[in-house]
Amino acid sequence: MSRFISLVRKEFNHIFRDRRTLLILFGIPIMQILIFGYVVNSDFKNIGIAVLDQSVDAHTQKILNKIFSSGYFNFSGNIQNAQGISDQFKTGKVKAVLVFESEFGKKLDNGQLANIQIITDASDPNVANTTVGYVSGIIRSYQGELAGQTVVQLIVEPQYRMVFNENLISAYMFVPGTMALILMLISALLTSISVTREKELGTLEVILVSPLRPAQIIIGKVAPYVLLAFINGLVILLLGYFIFNLPISGSLVLLLAELLLYITLSLSLGILISTIAKSQQIAMFMSLFVLMLPTVLLSGFIFPIENMPLILQWISAILPPRWFIIILKDIMLKGNGLAYVWNETLILLGMTLIFLFAAIRKFSIRLQV
Amino acid sequence: MTAESKLGCRANYFWSMNSPIVECRSISKKYGEIPALVNFDIDISAGEVFGMIGPDGAGKTTLFRILSTLILPDSGRAMVLGHDVVKDYRYIRKSIGFMPGRFSLYQDLTVEENLKFYASVFGVKIRDNYHLIKDIYSPLEPFRSRRAGKLSGGMKQKLALSCALIHKPMLLILDEPTTGVDAVSRKEFWDHLGTLQTDGMTILVSTPYMDEAQRCGRLAMVQKGHLLDIGKPDEIRSRFNGTLFQLTSSDRYQALLICRNSKQISSVHAFGQTLHLTLADGVQTEFVENLLIDQGIVEVVIHEIPPSIEDCFMQYLT
Amino acid sequence: MESETIIEVRDLVKRFGSFIANDHLSFTVAKGEIFGFLGANGAGKTTAIRILSGLSSPTSGYVFVAGIDASRYPEQVKKSIGYMCQRFSLYEDLTVFENIRLYGGVYGLTLKEIVLRSDEMLSRLGITDLRDRLIRSVPLGWRQKLAFSVAIFHQPNIVFLDEPTGGVDPVTRRQFWDLIYEASRAGITVFVTTHYMDEAEYCDRVCILSEGKIQAIGNPVELKRSFNVTSMDEVFIKVARNA
Repeated sequence: MSRFISLVRKEFNHIFRDRRTLLILFGIPIMQILIFGYVVNSDFKNIGIAVLDQSVDAHTQKILNKIFSSGYFNFSGNIQNAQGISDQFKTGKVKAVLVFESEFGKKLDNGQLANIQIITDASDPNVANTTVGYVSGIIRSYQGELAGQTVVQLIVEPQYRMVFNENLISAYMFVPGTMALILMLISALLTSISVTREKELGTLEVILVSPLRPAQIIIGKVAPYVLLAFINGLVILLLGYFIFNLPISGSLVLLLAELLLYITLSLSLGILISTIAKSQQIAMFMSLFVLMLPTVLLSGFIFPIENMPLILQWISAILPPRWFIIILKDIMLKGNGLAYVWNETLILLGMTLIFLFAAIRKFSIRLQV
Repeated sequence: MTAESKLGCRANYFWSMNSPIVECRSISKKYGEIPALVNFDIDISAGEVFGMIGPDGAGKTTLFRILSTLILPDSGRAMVLGHDVVKDYRYIRKSIGFMPGRFSLYQDLTVEENLKFYASVFGVKIRDNYHLIKDIYSPLEPFRSRRAGKLSGGMKQKLALSCALIHKPMLLILDEPTTGVDAVSRKEFWDHLGTLQTDGMTILVSTPYMDEAQRCGRLAMVQKGHLLDIGKPDEIRSRFNGTLFQLTSSDRYQALLICRNSKQISSVHAFGQTLHLTLADGVQTEFVENLLIDQGIVEVVIHEIPPSIEDCFMQYLT
Repeated sequence: MESETIIEVRDLVKRFGSFIANDHLSFTVAKGEIFGFLGANGAGKTTAIRILSGLSSPTSGYVFVAGIDASRYPEQVKKSIGYMCQRFSLYEDLTVFENIRLYGGVYGLTLKEIVLRSDEMLSRLGITDLRDRLIRSVPLGWRQKLAFSVAIFHQPNIVFLDEPTGGVDPVTRRQFWDLIYEASRAGITVFVTTHYMDEAEYCDRVCILSEGKIQAIGNPVELKRSFNVTSMDEVFIKVARNA
C-alpha cells in the first residue's frame, strides 16, 4: 500500500509541477465551455422577428404581444406576402419570421387546426433552435390560457422550418457533447503522455526492473487522473448549470457515477495508447486524431447518427462518447433514471473492462525495442 | 538449479555467493536483421567489478537489458543470481539494482523525492540502507530539495547510483554511468565502485572509455555483438601480440603518415601527443628513427611501452 | 601561430532565464587551427558552438566568425561554416549521393559541381561503391566520416564538430581524426568538442570549460607542463579543483 501511495504522490508532483499539464487539465475545459456558453448566451437577446400575419385578429395580436414583451425578441416589422420572407433574412437583422395562416383566429375559435409557421435563419443554429423553443413555449402557454377558458380543445400547432442549415446543432446537445469530448481527450491525452514521457526519460526502465507489477504501475498512474478528471467533470457541470442553465433533472448521484465510469474508461484508453506509442509526440497525435476526430464527427455530437451511412453508424457504436452523450442527455435533460440508461451504462462498463484488460496485458513486463 | 528456487530467498543468496552471479550461455539477440549479440558467453562471480568495454553498437546495453529482464534473448540461456532471466524475472527484479544509460531520474522531482520514490518502489526505508549510500549521497544532502533536472552531470550520476543502491541489491548493473560526466566525477565514481566492492557488492558496469578498463577486476572487450577478449586487465594486456613502441617527434601527423606507408611497420596509431607502433619481424627501432629523420622529422624518441587496453582493443579490430 | 584570426569572441554571455550557460567567454582561433572545446555535459560547449555558428544569439558580447558579426548577421556566418552535431546529421532514408546533393544544393552548388566533388570525395574516402546505398545501411563508422565530409563539402572556412566521435570505436575515432587533420591542412579551421582526453591532445589548442567559464586555455603540451602533470586527464582534474 505504501508503494501505491508513493506512486500516486509522485504522479501528483509531476502534475502540479508542470504548467502545461495543469493548463490542459483545467484551462482548456473551462475555456471551451466558457467560450461556448458565452457565444450562446450573449446572442440570445433582442432577436429580430418579422411577422407575416395573414389573419390579423385578436388571437394573433395577443400572441405577438406575449412574444415581444418576453424580452428576448424585437419586432422587425410586418411583411405583406410570402415573397418578402427571404428578403428579410438577407438583411441579416431578422433571425426569424412568424407566419400566421389566414383566418387563424376564426379557426382557433372554431376549434379547428390553426397553423403558425416559424421560419428561422439557421446559419446560426443555436439562435435558431432557441428561438423556436422560446416561441413555441410562448404559444403553448397561450394555448394553455385559452384552454382554461373554453371547453373547446385548442390546437395551435407550430411548424418550423430551418433555412440555410439542415443539420441543426442543438444547444442542449452541445454541452453534453463538449463534456464527453473534453473528458475523453484530457484523460486519454494526459495519461498517455505521462507514460510515454517516462519511456523517453528512461525512468520506465527502472520502474519495470522493480518488483512493481503492471497493474500496480497502471493503477498508480491512473488514480491521480481519476480524481483530477472527476473534479474537471464537476467544473464543467457547474459551468453548464450556472452559465448555460443546463438542467440536471435526474439523479445527481447517478450522473456522478456515470461520470466516474466514463473517466475510468477514457483513462484506460490513454494507458492503452501509451503502450503502443513510443514517444510523447506519437501519444499526443494518437489521442488527438484517433480520438478527437471520430468523436466530433461520429459520436452524434454534431451530426445525427441516424443520417449516417450504415458503416459509419457501426463505427459510431464503438465510440464511447456516443453512449456517454446519450446517458448525459437522458439524466440531465430528461431526468431519466438508471432504468433508462442501463443499456448504455453496460456498454461503457464493458468497454472499460476491455480497455483496462488490454492495457494491463499490453503494458508489457518488458521493454519493447 | 530448479531445486534451488524452492529454497527461498535466504538460501539462494547463500548459494549464489559460491556460484556465478551471472551466467550467460550463447546468448543471441537481433533487432530486425541487425545482430546485437552473437553467441555471447560470460560468467561473473560474486564480489567482482566486471567491465564491459566497447563502442556504441557493441551490444553492451542489449546484454544489460537481458540480464535485468527488460528484454528477452532470441536464443541462449542467462542466469542471474541463480535464476533464469526469462522465467524468474520477478525474483531478479527484486534483487538487482539497475542504472540505465541515461540517468533515469525524474527531472521534476527533488533529489530527496527521487530517492524516496525509488526506495518505496522496492518497499524499503531510506534509513535502513543509508549506510550503503552514505558516501555517495552525503555530498547531495545540501541540495536535497533541488530538482534533479537542475543538478550537474556529476551530481545526477551520484543520485542515480544512490537510487539504484537504496534497496541493497545483490548485483548492481550500471550502463555507461560515466558517459558525459566530467573527469573529476568520473574518478570519484570509480572510487565509489571500489568501496562498494570492498563491501561485497557485485558490479557489472559498461563504458566506452578504454582508460577506465584498468579500474575493473575483470573485463570483456566487445564489438558488434562479439566478445573480443575477456579476463583481468593485465591478462588481456599480456595477450598483446608483439612489442609496442611509443614514438614522439616534432611532427606527429607527418610521422604518422610516413609510418603508415612503411611495410616494416605493422601497425601505427595516434595516441595523444605520441604514436604507438608495432614493427614487422626483425625490424629494429633504429630503422624507424632513420626513416623519419630522412624525411626531415626531428626530435624522434622511440621506446618500448606496455600496451594499454585500448592498444589491445585496436589490435583486435585491425 | 601568426596567421590571421578567424574566430574572435569577447565577453560572450548567454543566459537562459537565471541560468548562465556562457559566462564572459573570450578567446580567439587562428585560421587552420584545430581548436578543442572540452568540458562535461552542461559546461556550456554546445551553447557556445550554437552561437558561433549563428544558430543562437548571445545575450551580450562580441562574436566575430570569419570576419562577420555572428550576432547581427547569422545568415552570413552560416554560408562560411560547416556544422556536424552530436548525432550524425545525414538523412537515413536518403542514399549517400542524395544526402550530398541535398547539402550541396543547400549551399548553392550546381549539380555539375556536386557530382564532380562527390565523386572525388567518395574515391578519396575509398567508398565509391556506397554511393547509391541508403545511409541507413551504411556502417556506423562510415556514417560519421561521411557526415564530416558532407559538412565540409562546400569548402567552408570553419567547421564546427560537436562530439563527433562520441561512442565510436578507437580505430574509427582515429580515422576520423585523420580526416580532421586533412581538413586542417587544407586550410579549414576545425572547432571540435570531445569527451576523450587523448583527443584533446590531437588539438593545436584546447579550451577547458566548466560551469560556463573558461578554466584554462592553451596548447595541450604547455597546459600539461604548466600544471606539472603528464596527461590531459590530470589537467582536467586540477582545473576542476581550482575552479
